[in-house]
Amino acid sequence: MSNDAKTMTIWQRGLRSDLIACLLIGLIAVICFYAMPSGLSLLTRIIAIMLLVLSIDLVTGYGGVATLGHAALFGAGAYAAGIAAAKFGITDPLLMLLIGTIAGAIAGFLSSLVILRGHGLSQLVLSIAVIMLAREAANKFSTWTGGSDGLSGIAPSPLLGMWRFDLWGKTSYWLAVILLLVVFLILRQIVRSPFGMLVKAIRQDPIRVSAMGAPVYWTLVKMYVISGAVAGLGGALSAVATKVVGLDALSFELSAEAVVMLVLGGTANLFGAMIGTTVFIWFEHLVSSVNPFHWLTIVGVLLVTVVLFAPRGLTGIADQLRDKFGKGGAK
Amino acid sequence: MSLFEVRNLSKKFGGLNVTNDVSISLNPGDRIALIGPNGAGKTTFVNLVTGHIRPDAGVVMIAGQDVTRLSPRARVHAGLVRSFQVTRLFPEMSPEEHVAMAILQRMGKVEKAFGDYRSMPEVMAETAEILGILNLTPIARSRVSGIAYGQQRLLEIGLAMALRPKVLLLDEPAAGVPSSDTVLIERALDRLPPDLAVLMIEHDMDFVFRFAQRVVVLAAGTVIFDGTPAQVAADPQVREAYLGSYAE
Repeated sequence: MSNDAKTMTIWQRGLRSDLIACLLIGLIAVICFYAMPSGLSLLTRIIAIMLLVLSIDLVTGYGGVATLGHAALFGAGAYAAGIAAAKFGITDPLLMLLIGTIAGAIAGFLSSLVILRGHGLSQLVLSIAVIMLAREAANKFSTWTGGSDGLSGIAPSPLLGMWRFDLWGKTSYWLAVILLLVVFLILRQIVRSPFGMLVKAIRQDPIRVSAMGAPVYWTLVKMYVISGAVAGLGGALSAVATKVVGLDALSFELSAEAVVMLVLGGTANLFGAMIGTTVFIWFEHLVSSVNPFHWLTIVGVLLVTVVLFAPRGLTGIADQLRDKFGKGGAK
Repeated sequence: MSLFEVRNLSKKFGGLNVTNDVSISLNPGDRIALIGPNGAGKTTFVNLVTGHIRPDAGVVMIAGQDVTRLSPRARVHAGLVRSFQVTRLFPEMSPEEHVAMAILQRMGKVEKAFGDYRSMPEVMAETAEILGILNLTPIARSRVSGIAYGQQRLLEIGLAMALRPKVLLLDEPAAGVPSSDTVLIERALDRLPPDLAVLMIEHDMDFVFRFAQRVVVLAAGTVIFDGTPAQVAADPQVREAYLGSYAE
């Protein structure tokens, strides 16, 4: 086989595995749609948060940037989409999503300029400062954001002029699933690309990357912008689906919970981000309905168990099994 | 005009002169060794030259360009590449990924956000060639954290080869490598392009004398001798300061 033919096969193999993964996600989405017809709002929320967790994975899992303020980018997307609809009458849902994505990317760029100046603990503190400032700004500019009452009056028009955002959340759900599939395919391309490889290398040894002549700071800024766009899209999706944006979209708690979901699923792994989000929110929802008094304790026990016995998260267990029984090698 | 020239480079840490008025020049194809006792300031010199430490005085020139105030990254673009005394690699990545990334960096494609390097025939062919020269083909796709230290040292040289520099600074390339494996490092260095200027810091005198056309001796941050290996071995001051019984 010629080299060209061989390399084409490698490319095709990558695309094929991505398409199989998309089919699997689509199949799960269809099953959930029919199995949980009254839980579509919860599933849509899971997908919106999944986009936030995926965005954290890009900068933390792949890039090694410590952040507890990523909800600022999610909130920027949510408020931008919400303000566009409630204050400017831009109610086309796709346009709202686009506005949210751009707002998230801009917020990602601006916050990266601050956060990436620090390292380790100082980086973490800067990221917390970013989310606190963002929340305070949203609270102060209540004319635009609704302050602590939340931003209401968001009424997205029918999707493509055909599908109304119904009470059961069917349109929101399928919109969310399609967005997740598109984002997943794009992010798979990015993390496999030379740029993705460079970001992973920066996490492992930025001095070595610099000694090779490659940019460290601006590479991470670019990843932050991409990450911001994904988080902003998640926020905008949340605004479109729930028709309200509250200060909780800009909370430290949401940032921290999203990091926990990522650790639970496994870092530097897009599947990890998706599995971690699903398991965490589903488990939280289940336990809180079964035991409304001690559900936080039970969630805590789950997290301690996973961190102690599977420090690389749920997908890390699968990797370990593959290394043990299948073929090893670099990821 | 020399390809690489360091003029009157000086650096003080507190009151201590760690680099004192050092001048060295290299022409294309030079193979020069920088030797000296521990604490002589050899690694500080490399850090000053590559821009990881800012000098108090002096000039660093590459191909006629003054790079003294440039960042380490800009110096790489000017053609100056270094290896590290303690191996600095990416433990979760494979040798193939290391070399491919260096090639992509040289080609200006390392920031491409789409595509897979394995679908780039020109990158794959050069990667395979470099790994083949270094005998790293069998472990091309293993994690670097799992390969032998000697192979990691070879990979450091492979990264330098992939970047195709004009000047290569090797900081103790055989450090930590069993003497039986030093020959692999020597073989790899023999395969470096003939027009590449190489400045190597090394403690293994047998290795130095086989490799270098010229030896520069540093003691207490000052160049105390610059000459051929035979002249260095015969110089009483160098014998006193560094070589000791080795010269006998």
